[in-house]
Amino acid sequence: MALGGMFRNAAAIYLHLVGPFRGKKSGASLARCLHQTLVMTKQLQARRLNGIDHNPWVEFVKLASEADVVNLGQGFPDFAPPDFAVEAFQHAVSGDFMLNQYTKAFGYPPLTKILASFFGKLLGQDMDPLKNVLVTVGAYGALFTAFQALVDEGDEVIIIEPFFDCYEPMTLMAGGRPVFVSLKLSPNQDRELDSSSNWQLDPTELASKFTSRTKALILNTPNNPLGKVFSRAELELVASLCQQHDVVCITDEVYQWLVYDGCQHVSIATLPGMWERTLTIGSAGKTFSATGWKVGWVLGPESLLKHLRTVHQNSIFHCPTQAQAAVAQSFEREQLHFGQPSSYFVQLPQAIQRCRDHMIQSLKSVGLRPVIPQGSYFLITDISEFKSKMPNLPGAADEPYDRRFVKWMIKNKGLMAIPVSIFYSVPHQKLFDHYIRFCFMKDESTLQAMDKKLQKWKDDLRP
Amino acid sequence: MFNSDISIYLLPLKFFLLSCSMFLARARLCTLGSRPKFLKTICASKILGLSTSAKMSLKFKNAKRIEGLDSNVWIEFTKLAADPSVVNLGQGLPDISPPVYVKEELSKIAAIDSLNQYTRGFGHPSLVKALSCLYEKFYQNQINPNKEILVTVGAYGSLFNAIQGLIDEGDEVIVIVPFYDCYEPMVRMAGAIPVFIPLRSKLVDGKKWSSSDWTLDPQELASKFNSKTKAIILNTPHNPLGKVYTKEELQVIADLCIKYDTLCISDEVYEWLVYTGNKHFKIATFPGMWERTITIGSAGKTFSVTGWKLGWSIGPKHLIKHLQTVQQNTVYTCATPLQEALAQALWIDIKRMDDPECYFNSLPKELEVKRNRMVHLLESVGLKPIVPDGGYFIIADVSLLDTDLSDMKNSNEPYDYKFVKWMTKNKKLSAIPVSAFCNAETKLQFEKFVRFCFIKKDSTLDAAEEIIKAWSRQKF
Repeated sequence: MALGGMFRNAAAIYLHLVGPFRGKKSGASLARCLHQTLVMTKQLQARRLNGIDHNPWVEFVKLASEADVVNLGQGFPDFAPPDFAVEAFQHAVSGDFMLNQYTKAFGYPPLTKILASFFGKLLGQDMDPLKNVLVTVGAYGALFTAFQALVDEGDEVIIIEPFFDCYEPMTLMAGGRPVFVSLKLSPNQDRELDSSSNWQLDPTELASKFTSRTKALILNTPNNPLGKVFSRAELELVASLCQQHDVVCITDEVYQWLVYDGCQHVSIATLPGMWERTLTIGSAGKTFSATGWKVGWVLGPESLLKHLRTVHQNSIFHCPTQAQAAVAQSFEREQLHFGQPSSYFVQLPQAIQRCRDHMIQSLKSVGLRPVIPQGSYFLITDISEFKSKMPNLPGAADEPYDRRFVKWMIKNKGLMAIPVSIFYSVPHQKLFDHYIRFCFMKDESTLQAMDKKLQKWKDDLRP
Repeated sequence: MFNSDISIYLLPLKFFLLSCSMFLARARLCTLGSRPKFLKTICASKILGLSTSAKMSLKFKNAKRIEGLDSNVWIEFTKLAADPSVVNLGQGLPDISPPVYVKEELSKIAAIDSLNQYTRGFGHPSLVKALSCLYEKFYQNQINPNKEILVTVGAYGSLFNAIQGLIDEGDEVIVIVPFYDCYEPMVRMAGAIPVFIPLRSKLVDGKKWSSSDWTLDPQELASKFNSKTKAIILNTPHNPLGKVYTKEELQVIADLCIKYDTLCISDEVYEWLVYTGNKHFKIATFPGMWERTITIGSAGKTFSVTGWKLGWSIGPKHLIKHLQTVQQNTVYTCATPLQEALAQALWIDIKRMDDPECYFNSLPKELEVKRNRMVHLLESVGLKPIVPDGGYFIIADVSLLDTDLSDMKNSNEPYDYKFVKWMTKNKKLSAIPVSAFCNAETKLQFEKFVRFCFIKKDSTLDAAEEIIKAWSRQKF
C-alpha cells in the first residue's frame, strides 16, 4: 500500500477540507476529515460512465424553477390524466392490500394480459403475455433494458437525428458505438410553414450507415423533438435495410396515439419480416397523461424478450404493482371504447391538436417559425432570424446558439423551451443550433400565459 | 424455430471459426491492448454466405454481459408455490397488511393531480428531505438530500446503480456467503469477479443455534482482499441467516476496507428488524467509512410495502454522483405518487421514533413473537433452526429428518432444492433452498438448509403449524 502516496495526496488536498467542515455536527474529528479525502486513489467510477455523466436537462430544469417562467420545456402534461385513469389508480391503492406487495417480475398479470391482447390486435400478432410482453419502469427503462440485453462492446447502433437524448448515452453505456444519420429538411418552396414530414432521411445515406457491426437501429415515431410521423414508405425503407443487414429494430412509439391531421401511426413491427426482429416500446405515462406513474413496456418476439428479461431480473426485478394495476384497468376501459368517439385515444389527439394549432399561431406572431408536427407533444421552431439579428447572446465559449437563446428567452421573455441541439450528436450540434423545442401538451391556462408573454415580446419588438 | 436451418451450417462454421481463431491468436499478439473484435468482423455473415436464419441466430444473441445470468431462483420457486393450496413461507413478501396510515397516505395522494407527472430524477424533493431527516439521527454529519441521497427502484435498484456506477470490468468484489442471490449476477453483469467467503458456524452443543454463531474468520477475510478489490458487499441484518453483525465484526471489515482502499456497499434493508439483545450498526458511521460506503435501504421492508419498489442509497456525494449518473441513463426517475406517500409515512414515524407505536419499533416486536413461534414449530418436527437475530427469515437444517427424496427427479440438484420441491408437493408447505444463496462452489456447504419467511399473518402461520404438527405425528 503506497502510504507515502496517500499522505502526499492528503497534504496537497488538505485545503479542500475547509468546505466539508460546513454542515458537520460538532464533534467531527479532524482524523475523520483527513480520511475523507484519502479515499480511492484508484478511479472511482466504472468506465462505462465515461462521457455520459453530463445531463443537459438538469441545467434547464433548474433554470425554469428559478424564474417566473411559462414552462413549455420538459415534456409532460400540466393537466390531469383522464378520470378513468385516476379512478383506476385510486382503486389500485385502496383495494386489495396485497397490491402493496411484489407482483410477478415481468409484469403484473392483468397488465401483461391486456397488453398482449390489445397490442396483439394492433400488431397483428398472437401475443403471449408471458413471452411477448415485458413491463418496465417507463419507456426509459424499456430502452435501457433493450440496449443492455443486445448491444455489446463495439456493436454499432444507428440513431436517427434529432433523437431523444438518452439513446446516445445508453448506447455508450452498453459499450456500443452510435452511428448517426440526420433527418434533413427539404423545405417548402413557398413561404408556408414546414411540416415535420418535410424532414426526411436520404435513402442512400441511410443505407451507407449499415455495416456488418450494426446490431440495432433505434427508431422513434412519432419523433421527439420533431413530431415527425414516419410514413409507411419510410418505414419500409428502414425495414428492408434492417432485414438485409440482419439488424434489430428498437422502436420507441411512446407518442403513438398523438397523431394529428388524420395522420396514421404505423408500427414497423407490422411490416413483413419485422416482427421477429423488432422491439416495440410503449409508455403508460404518455398514453394516459400520467408520466409520474413510470410504467412502460416492450413487446416483441420471445427470442429477443428473453434477453431483456435477463437484464430486468438483474437490474430492478419488479416494477411497482399498483401503478401497473391502474394501467391495466385503464387499458381495459380503452379496449371497450376502442375506435369510438368516447375513446381517450380518439379524444386526446383531437384536444391536443387544438393546443398545437394555438401554439403555432402564437409563435408565428413574434417571428418564430414553427415546424408543424404530425404527432407527439412537441414542435420545433426555427430561430434563424433571431440568430442573425442577435448573434452574440451570452453563454460559454462554443456553446451552441440555441442554448444561449433559450437561456436568454427564459431570463428576458419568461418562456422556457428546450434547445434542439441537445437532440443532436456533438459533431452536428453546430449545424442544428437554430431550433428550439416547445411542448404543447399543456392546459389552456398555460397557453394563455404563453400568449401574454408572447404579446409582451411582440410589443418589445416594435420600433 | 431456426434450429433445423442452422444445424447444417454449424459444422463448416466450426472449422472456419477454428482456423479464424488460430490466425487471430497470432494477429492478436501484434496488437496489444486492442480487443479481439476480429472474429466478429471476419465472420460477418456476408463473407460466410450464411442464410438469413443462420445470420439471425448469430446476431440475436444476447450481449455478453448477461451470458449465464438467465436463470433465477425466484422465478422457479414462486411458480412452484403459486398453487393456492400451498402455504407459502418462501418468498420474502409480507402477507400482513401494511400499517393503516401508510395505506391512507397513498390513498390521499392518489387524488392529488400534480403528483401524476414526473418528479425530480434523483428523488422526489419531499422524500429525500424526509430520508435526510431520518438518517441524520444515525450519522454524525448532516446528509445533503440532493447530493448524498438517491431514490431508486427498490433496494434492488440501488444495488444495481451502485454496482454499475462503481464496479468495473476486472474489479474484484467480495461477497459473503450465503448472499442475497442478486449480488453475484449483478457483479458479473458489471464484468467484475465475485470473490466469495462463507460465514462459518462454530459448534453449538446444548444451547440454541443462533445466527450470531455464524461468523467470518478474520484471517480468511483478510486473505480475500488485494489491490484489485473494488468493493465488499455487506448485508446486515443478513438474508437468509438473520445475522446482525456486531460492532467488532464490522470493525474488522472496516479496517480491511480502509487498509485496501475498498468501497463498502452495505445492504441494510432489514435495519429496523432487530430482535431483543441485538443492535443494528451502520458501518458508514465507523471512522473512515462514510467516505467509502453506500448504505442501502428499502421502503418495501421498512413499511411492509414491497410492491412500492422504492429504495434509497445514502453516501458521500463523490460516490452518489456516480449512482445518479446510472439513474439518469437507466430509469431516470421513480414513480411520483409512491414517493410522496412514502415521504408522508416517514414523517409520521420520524416524529415518534421513541414511541412504541412507531412502526420501526412495533414491527420488530410483532415479528419477534412470530420468530419465536417459528423456532418452536421447526424444532417440534425435528428441524434444527438457526435463531435469527434480525430480518424476517429463519433457516433450518433439514437433514436430520432424513426424508426420502428418491422420487424427486433431477438428482443433480442440491439436496435442499429437492427437499423444498418435495415439501411443496407432499406437505403443501413452501420455503426457499439456502443453496440458492450460494455460489457454485459453496452450494454443498449449505445444501442442508432451507429458508422460511415469517412476516406472515397468524392464519398463515397457523396453517404452517397444522402441516408441521401433522408431519411430526407421521414421523413418530
